[in-house]
Amino acid sequence: MKPNDPAPGPEILAGFTAALATGAIRIIDLTQTLGPDFPSIVMPPEIGQSRAFRMEEISRYDERGGAWYWNNLSFGEHTGTHFDAPIHWVSGRDLPNSSTDTIPVADFIAPAVVIDCSKESAADADFLLTPDFIKAWEAVHGKIPPRCWVLMRTDWSKKTDPAAYQNFDEVGQHTPGPDPDAVRFLLNERDVLGFGTETIGTDAGQAAHFLPPYPCHYYMHGAGRYGLQCLTNLDLLPPTGSSLIAPPLKIQQGSGSPLRVLALVPSSQAGASRP
Amino acid sequence: MSETIKRPKRKNPILKTRAPTLPPDRRSRIALGLVRGAAMGKLELQCCAACGAVQYPPREACVRCLSAELEWTVMSGRGELVSETTLHHSQELFFRERMPWRLGLVRLAEGVSLVVHLDARCGPAPSPVIVEAVLDRAGQAALVAKPDDGNTALADEPKLRNFTSDPRFRKVLVTDAKSPVGQAVVKAVLEAGADLVWAGHCEPWKNPPGWPAIAQLPKVTLVPLDVTDTKSVNELAAELGFKVDIVINTSEHHRTFGIFGRAGVETARAEMETNCFGLLRLAQAFGPVMQSRGADGETSAVAWVNLLSIYALSNFPQHATYSASMAAALSVAQALRAEMRVAGIRVVNIFPGPIDDEWNQLLLPPKLAPSAVARAIVGALEGSVEDVYPGDIAQDWLARFRDNPKALERELGR
Repeated sequence: MKPNDPAPGPEILAGFTAALATGAIRIIDLTQTLGPDFPSIVMPPEIGQSRAFRMEEISRYDERGGAWYWNNLSFGEHTGTHFDAPIHWVSGRDLPNSSTDTIPVADFIAPAVVIDCSKESAADADFLLTPDFIKAWEAVHGKIPPRCWVLMRTDWSKKTDPAAYQNFDEVGQHTPGPDPDAVRFLLNERDVLGFGTETIGTDAGQAAHFLPPYPCHYYMHGAGRYGLQCLTNLDLLPPTGSSLIAPPLKIQQGSGSPLRVLALVPSSQAGASRP
Repeated sequence: MSETIKRPKRKNPILKTRAPTLPPDRRSRIALGLVRGAAMGKLELQCCAACGAVQYPPREACVRCLSAELEWTVMSGRGELVSETTLHHSQELFFRERMPWRLGLVRLAEGVSLVVHLDARCGPAPSPVIVEAVLDRAGQAALVAKPDDGNTALADEPKLRNFTSDPRFRKVLVTDAKSPVGQAVVKAVLEAGADLVWAGHCEPWKNPPGWPAIAQLPKVTLVPLDVTDTKSVNELAAELGFKVDIVINTSEHHRTFGIFGRAGVETARAEMETNCFGLLRLAQAFGPVMQSRGADGETSAVAWVNLLSIYALSNFPQHATYSASMAAALSVAQALRAEMRVAGIRVVNIFPGPIDDEWNQLLLPPKLAPSAVARAIVGALEGSVEDVYPGDIAQDWLARFRDNPKALERELGR
């Protein structure tokens, strides 16, 4: 909308809700179920650990509370399908509005593109997304617009065996992610809003050995941009044309939060991201 | 392992499972002096500090000189069987169910006469015997005389087996079978004749050295179990709690920080979550169903073993939060012991000194090999003790703790 356009009338939302009601816009849930069985991030055992998701009953219609069922929850901010705020990384520590309670809410609803790396990731668990791969995708689907989520589809979320999902061997984790050049390209050349993955981090499993270590965290958060990880159902999104609703919990000075990620997809486009 | 105990037949499912009974367990406070030694497998009797007389049964004053200065003193155990008898009738339900029952009178080398439960392998009186202090199913001290030939396990005698938690033919849950101690325990209980082991493991993406070989062992069934996750504990208990005869809780979270060494409470909380609340979760999930099987034939539910630490007695400030979690775990274990006692199920606590693992890398030897911890656990099951302090460090700290707990506190705080 340009500044000189007249203010939109009430019909602008009516059209949207009508499209939801008729199914012209489909809602796709990109969220893994938050429970104790979903794999949690692994850190070297001597350093600080993120708590895995745990749920303890307060009462269940019993002597602990007559007619009601409820639970106490505990988990790290970076558990299950979750959002990474810029303050999560040291590179973003001094940015304004960089924690879950201060990020501008307009950033929580934004368009998304999906880059399908599923075949490549199936062939090589250490597959890295490169600028050339992104440019080849753009040659088919058009240039990535600014302030847009870039989602890396790997079909990793289809690995229901937790050991296969984590994919550790004696030298660490083997999961796909972006290489440092790709992150720099997405930020500097395309001004993306954030990067989303199906794996347990936005960075590749071996990214501790990259320069800089964990480039997606380092550059994205250093630029005030966001991360989404442990996403699922990316195979149901079109390469372009979807929008995400991804607001984290409003945690005071939060570095991230589990969240429900919903994708809005024009029904004509819902299906698969492979062209 | 002797062949004297045969594999029992499977249970007849149309017959009612018997309810547990206990041997008579009322004791005076003085008589409870016996249990202090018996809990660790030591025969201690009162010895008069004034005149040197040894006496039994325990009394408030010396029977010879009336001095009240009586010290519980370790006895040799050597003695002579003076006479014997076989009971065919008792008013006590526990013994009625186990008649006939052999008793004897033993003259101990220290000059005192004891009434003892008599091993069937003891020759007719007079004959040399060894007297041991054991724990009965009520957890009270009892005296047992065995032949003095150095090789007669309690668990090999059909009646005296009642005083043990013999793992032979029993089904064992090892709560964390992945750790070095857990792996050693799985091997040790199988060698001791357990029917099968349920090997608890969590975080399936972690594959530490030795684990694949354990997972391949015959008679080992891997079961998902994370003691920090109530859902996981409850699900496993629902699946197989009614088949578990022995729980060996090897789950442990150990970090090596003092109070100032690690900011915040997250590491301490993780230690509490596994070491203390993990035990509590296991107890709530597996305890009641095990209680119901306290008299379920020859392979009834029989024992619950907790891997604690000697740091449970007195805080080792270099491992401050771990020590605190183990002190809390000890307290829970004491309560569990009281709850399980009504079913004759023994709660055994193991208090090792530093184990030779990654978390004790910077401590000087002596350190306990995981296999030594496993041997101590199996030894406790095959014998009749409830508190085990394996290794030199644990024995040394225990002695210093009993002598002067404040002195140990100062020594550990240096």
